Amino acid sequence: MSTDNTTTKRLLDLNLTRNLLISLAVLVLGVLLLESTDRYTNTQLSSLTYYAIAAIGLTALTGLNGQISLGHGALMAVGAYTTALMLDTETPLPFPVVALAAVVVTSVVGFVVGIGAARLHGPYLAGATLALAVALPSVALYFKGTFNGEVGLTVASPRPPEWFVSFIDAVSGEFATSSKYVAYLGLFCLIVALFFALNLRRSKIGRHWRAVRDQEVAAEIAGINLGRTRVQAFVISAAYAGLAGAVMAVVVRLAAPSAFTIVLSLSLLTAAVIGGLGSITGAFIGAAVLVFLPPWVTSLSTGSGLSDTQAAQMSPLIYGIVLVLVMLLAPGGVMGTVTTAWRRARLRRLHPATPTQKG
Amino acid sequence: MNGDIQKLVNILLNGLTQGIVIAAFALALVLIFRSTRIINFAQGSQAMFTTYIALTLLNRDFPYWAAFAAALAAGFLIGALLERVVIRPLEGGMELNIVIATLGLYVAIQALAAILFGSDYQSFPSPVGVNGFQVGDTNLALTPTSIFILCTVGVVVVGLTLLFQKTQLGLTMRAAAFDGEVSRILGVKVSHLLTFGWALAGLVGAVAGILVASGQFIYPSYMETLIVFGFIAAVIGGLDSPVGAVVGGVLLGLVNSLVSGYVASGLVTLAAFVLLMVVLLLKPGGLFSSAKTRRV
Repeated sequence: MSTDNTTTKRLLDLNLTRNLLISLAVLVLGVLLLESTDRYTNTQLSSLTYYAIAAIGLTALTGLNGQISLGHGALMAVGAYTTALMLDTETPLPFPVVALAAVVVTSVVGFVVGIGAARLHGPYLAGATLALAVALPSVALYFKGTFNGEVGLTVASPRPPEWFVSFIDAVSGEFATSSKYVAYLGLFCLIVALFFALNLRRSKIGRHWRAVRDQEVAAEIAGINLGRTRVQAFVISAAYAGLAGAVMAVVVRLAAPSAFTIVLSLSLLTAAVIGGLGSITGAFIGAAVLVFLPPWVTSLSTGSGLSDTQAAQMSPLIYGIVLVLVMLLAPGGVMGTVTTAWRRARLRRLHPATPTQKG
Repeated sequence: MNGDIQKLVNILLNGLTQGIVIAAFALALVLIFRSTRIINFAQGSQAMFTTYIALTLLNRDFPYWAAFAAALAAGFLIGALLERVVIRPLEGGMELNIVIATLGLYVAIQALAAILFGSDYQSFPSPVGVNGFQVGDTNLALTPTSIFILCTVGVVVVGLTLLFQKTQLGLTMRAAAFDGEVSRILGVKVSHLLTFGWALAGLVGAVAGILVASGQFIYPSYMETLIVFGFIAAVIGGLDSPVGAVVGGVLLGLVNSLVSGYVASGLVTLAAFVLLMVVLLLKPGGLFSSAKTRRV
């Protein structure tokens, strides 16, 4: 096939336009959701934004590049602590600048870890990142002076600027609270993260990631530097975790070691796996499960006679069982299963005579 | 005795005890890895669960050794069950899928234990005393409990060595681990052996779980750091060598104890992580691996 410059350019534009439209659609949907729901749901939606950002980063790393990370909870901690420290001044910088700084710091940490991780695979990588997840919180405990030990840092909530107050007044006629502003900050970060991920997946970088995942030798022969590609994937994925941590810090208003346990890392993995590894839509589905499942399960189990502490453990129990079941029954997750079923149905409709293909 | 020397001796004794427990747990990981090339991340949760079973029996006034035996039996059964129900169907698929499945078991079993046994700290007894021996008028960090731990791990190591060197079962297990296909052709029931391997690992893990808990407090996530330490020790030892696991465990225990005693106790996990990365990057085959090259 001959490559025509104008065709390539048009294709690129088409992709860009399409991704821009998708991102705008999600933005509009997000604003509508935030303005039509009550305060409690608003907070839940803010949590959804940071889980989704982190899950997109992890699903790209694991789904597209084939690297697993159990250290993303710890990387979120890096972003959250950076944010907490930077907002803790008389005149804090605007949140986007702070978030950007959190992304940069976390990317640097991700780079260091990624250099080691690039040479590992499968269980080795899982074990090494698990060790990271256990080790990193202890740094916060050791440097008590800076990170305030077990108690953690309280995060000053960013104050909504004038233009935001008047915008909300125009949209819904209500007064813009600080928590509403935070929800919008989360939404804004999510849209940026989404747009970037959509482009990444279809770009040369995304194709390189997949090539390295599927056929190391072939990728290397095709001129792809395996190590550099893996480190790049890890750094970008870490940047997502850093952004998620920054949003989490302002939503939860606290950065403490107890929030960034192995269970957080494993929850993120659950989100990516449930939705379907490598799928951005899947990351949204997974993040929604992380936000909306626990309250539902908890109220259901306290209703059936479990104590509060027992009920709080029901969601991790379900996450764990779901991880195992998805691997056993539908390794593609929600999106993988839906896509396969849809393709099969279309194949059957188009060629009624052909026997169903296997796999 | 000079104060500095006393401190060093106690740190080394502490490290030895801690290391031997890590070694026991690393052995469980190695048992599974050498036959299936899988690292069972749920091993710690399984061991935690069986220790809770022992504690439940102890609280109902069962004798110590009955509770100990029950935990081992439970570990054996849980190991076999998990291999049959979860791992077997995933064999031969993508490597990552098995990793994710064992991680799922890790979370699920830990949460289940918290629901069944509660999340509070509960003290777990030691069959012997926990007060240090005295030499002259100085206290040593050597307690009857640490001697009990050393002896128990010694029994486990001798038992495993005899199993793998002297018995028909152990020898066929080694054959199956070395080349499954050829063993199968020669009439060895490899699939039964894999199940037995997981069961055995479950039993050894259960021993490690009780040893860590002896004279300490247990809670649903008390094995969390030991999973990491056990993994690191097993990697140092080369992952497929039981001797390597023991040496790796003791080495890591000593390093941990030295860091904790002379630098800061908060930095132990970080030091262990750095040690792991150094070993993986510089000597990926581990210090004692028989194989010349290994992809990590």
